[in-house]
Amino acid sequence: MTDIRSDIASRVEDACRQGQALQILAGNTKFFYGRKIQETPLSVLEHSGIIEYEPSELYITARCGTPLNEIEQAIKTENQILPCEPPHFGAAASIGGMVAAGLSGPRRASSGAIRDCLLGVEIINGKGEYLRFGGKVMKNVAGYDASRLMCGALGTLGILMSVTLRLVPKPQHEQTIAITLNPADAILKMNFWARTPMPITATFHDGRDLYIRMAGSPSTIKRFADKVKGEPIDQGDIFWTNIKEQAYDFFLTDEPLWRILVPPSTKPLDCPGSCVMEWNGALRWYATHVKAPAIHSIAKQAGGHACQFRNQIDTQQVFHPLPSGLLEIHRKLKRAFDPQGILNPGKIYSEL
Amino acid sequence: MSTSPSLSKLVKRFCRILPKHAVLSEKEQLYPYECDALTAYRQTPLIALVPENQKQIQAIVDICRELKIPIVARGAGTSLSGGALPHAKGVLLNLAKLNNILEIDLDNRTATVEPGVTNLAISDAAKRYGLYYAPDPSSQLACTIGGNIAENSGGIHCLKYGLTVHNVLALKVLTIGGEILELGGKQPDSPGFDLLALMNGSEGMLGIVLQATVKLLPEPHSRKVLLAAFNCIQDAGNAVAAIISSGIIPAGLEMMDHFAVKATEQYCSPGYPKDAAAILICELDGFEEDLTDQVAWVQKILNKHRPVEVRLAKDKQEEELLWKGRKSAFPALGNLTPDYYCMDGTIPRKHLAKTLEEINVLSEKFGLRVANVFHAGDGNLHPLILYDANQEGELEIAEELGSEILQLCVKMGGTITGEHGVGIEKLDQMCVQFSPAELNTFHAIKSAFDEYELLNPGKAIPTLHRCAEFGAMHVHRGRLPHANLPRF
Repeated sequence: MTDIRSDIASRVEDACRQGQALQILAGNTKFFYGRKIQETPLSVLEHSGIIEYEPSELYITARCGTPLNEIEQAIKTENQILPCEPPHFGAAASIGGMVAAGLSGPRRASSGAIRDCLLGVEIINGKGEYLRFGGKVMKNVAGYDASRLMCGALGTLGILMSVTLRLVPKPQHEQTIAITLNPADAILKMNFWARTPMPITATFHDGRDLYIRMAGSPSTIKRFADKVKGEPIDQGDIFWTNIKEQAYDFFLTDEPLWRILVPPSTKPLDCPGSCVMEWNGALRWYATHVKAPAIHSIAKQAGGHACQFRNQIDTQQVFHPLPSGLLEIHRKLKRAFDPQGILNPGKIYSEL
Repeated sequence: MSTSPSLSKLVKRFCRILPKHAVLSEKEQLYPYECDALTAYRQTPLIALVPENQKQIQAIVDICRELKIPIVARGAGTSLSGGALPHAKGVLLNLAKLNNILEIDLDNRTATVEPGVTNLAISDAAKRYGLYYAPDPSSQLACTIGGNIAENSGGIHCLKYGLTVHNVLALKVLTIGGEILELGGKQPDSPGFDLLALMNGSEGMLGIVLQATVKLLPEPHSRKVLLAAFNCIQDAGNAVAAIISSGIIPAGLEMMDHFAVKATEQYCSPGYPKDAAAILICELDGFEEDLTDQVAWVQKILNKHRPVEVRLAKDKQEEELLWKGRKSAFPALGNLTPDYYCMDGTIPRKHLAKTLEEINVLSEKFGLRVANVFHAGDGNLHPLILYDANQEGELEIAEELGSEILQLCVKMGGTITGEHGVGIEKLDQMCVQFSPAELNTFHAIKSAFDEYELLNPGKAIPTLHRCAEFGAMHVHRGRLPHANLPRF
């Protein structure tokens, strides 16, 4: 439990005066994500500790450097979970890094993304000012939603000092079943089920089999498992951890790994390479050597977007390019929070 | 700020891009727009425009940008915070005619609609597919999706299903610069900053919503509604906390205090125990098999908190009656008083009983009655201050009482507005909740989208000057002079 907020604020103030760019780091478990930058490192890992946790209030407030493991352990004892089921990508993963990266896990399609469970943040902006947005309550419409702006911004708008997240009760019972289905049929089935009240909390298709996680009472699960004619698999928890942490065989590739997001019911993409799917088909991972502009265009045609997730070959254009008007708004917003452009410059786009 | 030509020239100019009947500038044509549901503030606009399509809106924005004329966009005008209060020298942009449902995408479970479509119309259109749009503000029959986005509206079921921001997937937004921004999509996540979230709750100050794609959810398998009555409000508050921490998220969890219960019973006889100090209405939804267990579990928790009565609605009819009481609470209280002023603070649930006690103290101090209707599950309070606008000075007293209630919410670790927005009404309280550096950030965000402050100027975010003035006046005199004058 250490509070090094004022140290960090004065470091940023100095950097702002000197126009010195900073690279914000915590556990550095997601080092592969985003554009590569090399600036003066500023570690926030020491700014750590759970500030407030009251199970009946369904929220937790923690300093940015608090290990994600510590948070998940603390809430587990009260039978609660983070609804977004975030990946860690390493034991050192911090709660601040989770919000900054904005990467959600298998439960995303059923209980929301990281930004959906983000209630409030405290940040230090590019001038070294300490700011608080959002709060601890779910309903809060005072001022612009600057807290959700931080989610997925990869530290380019502010250094997260603490975050408050909404929690949900852990499902009493979950069971995973598997069905052999080709990708096109799997997409149809997943999206058919999603429009009926089914207790599905995660889906994954590995190219051959569709895995479905269901939650509820054993009798409810059995009824729906019978309905979809699936085979129960053992140790579902381990299975989904492997998917979430990308320890599953498919992800252990040296090939460039693309994260493509499309409307869930989109038919299999016409893209060479191997593919697995999550989130009812909305998230498609591709291991492929196809060049970036071609993949961006495939994703765009499907109404979605693509990002080079791991093993990048084109280090310039990692995220899907933005239309010029939208990019201009991004530039202005960046200046609103970080006028000197010293916080993780270039981490998302070279212009920011 | 406006460099506009004379009104008649302006009318002519708008008539070139709009049909004549869509350009309103006569006094009697402008009266219907002089206020939204916060009727204490009134102002007719210079001109009101009723476009019928996107092209016309773009042409209007081009003219306003050129002449630096403020624009206030309006849906159904149900805002409770004066968010749609017109600007004296500006255009009131009525978007109600853009009311087409453009697409129901069954495979992706989305509806794409124009901004003037009402909240309930979306669920109605999706109903035959067994789907619905989850956020359900009490004005859902009238309020439009454009307004819901501007206010990030909630409703009774948002504890489980989220607010507007959780249910809007994509927006087509027109900036004052004339640029059309496509934010979000039917796919999850978006590259870059989360501007989609930023637009929700931005009170029409960053852009004009031309089109929205919202998430549709499958209707739950089954529902159950419970009523519990208590002799002491503390017990009711503790029961709420106990239900939530037991691992159950009710679809709705509402509380009403004695005063509200009594008024509602008189108004529509929903069968609430009249003498109760507080009642809870708890709706559970899910699968039939799971629900039976959950209901038993919740009943057990409720019984541990000394209830006078715990009742499970035996059929749909009784469920509807229990909800009818809650949904009629505002009109029921309206029956008892010439005017009421509805507040909208949110507090962490654990401070519920303490907050209600302090509201009672404030109520006595100011000599005005306060009834409490409360989204207990998510900590969103709606204290209703009863007053009579015809009594000299009573509105001002009501406003000051309201202001103190909101400051109390901030003190309790909550916020000045849960779902009604800041609008024109809570500008002073924003100074209590946010620091000058935070307010400056908000102004910088505004400026990133709207440099000349033409979109709904003067709303939602107070100037630092105003805050300095508010602080000084508040400390030295306790009451605002000229409380009726708009202060930007």
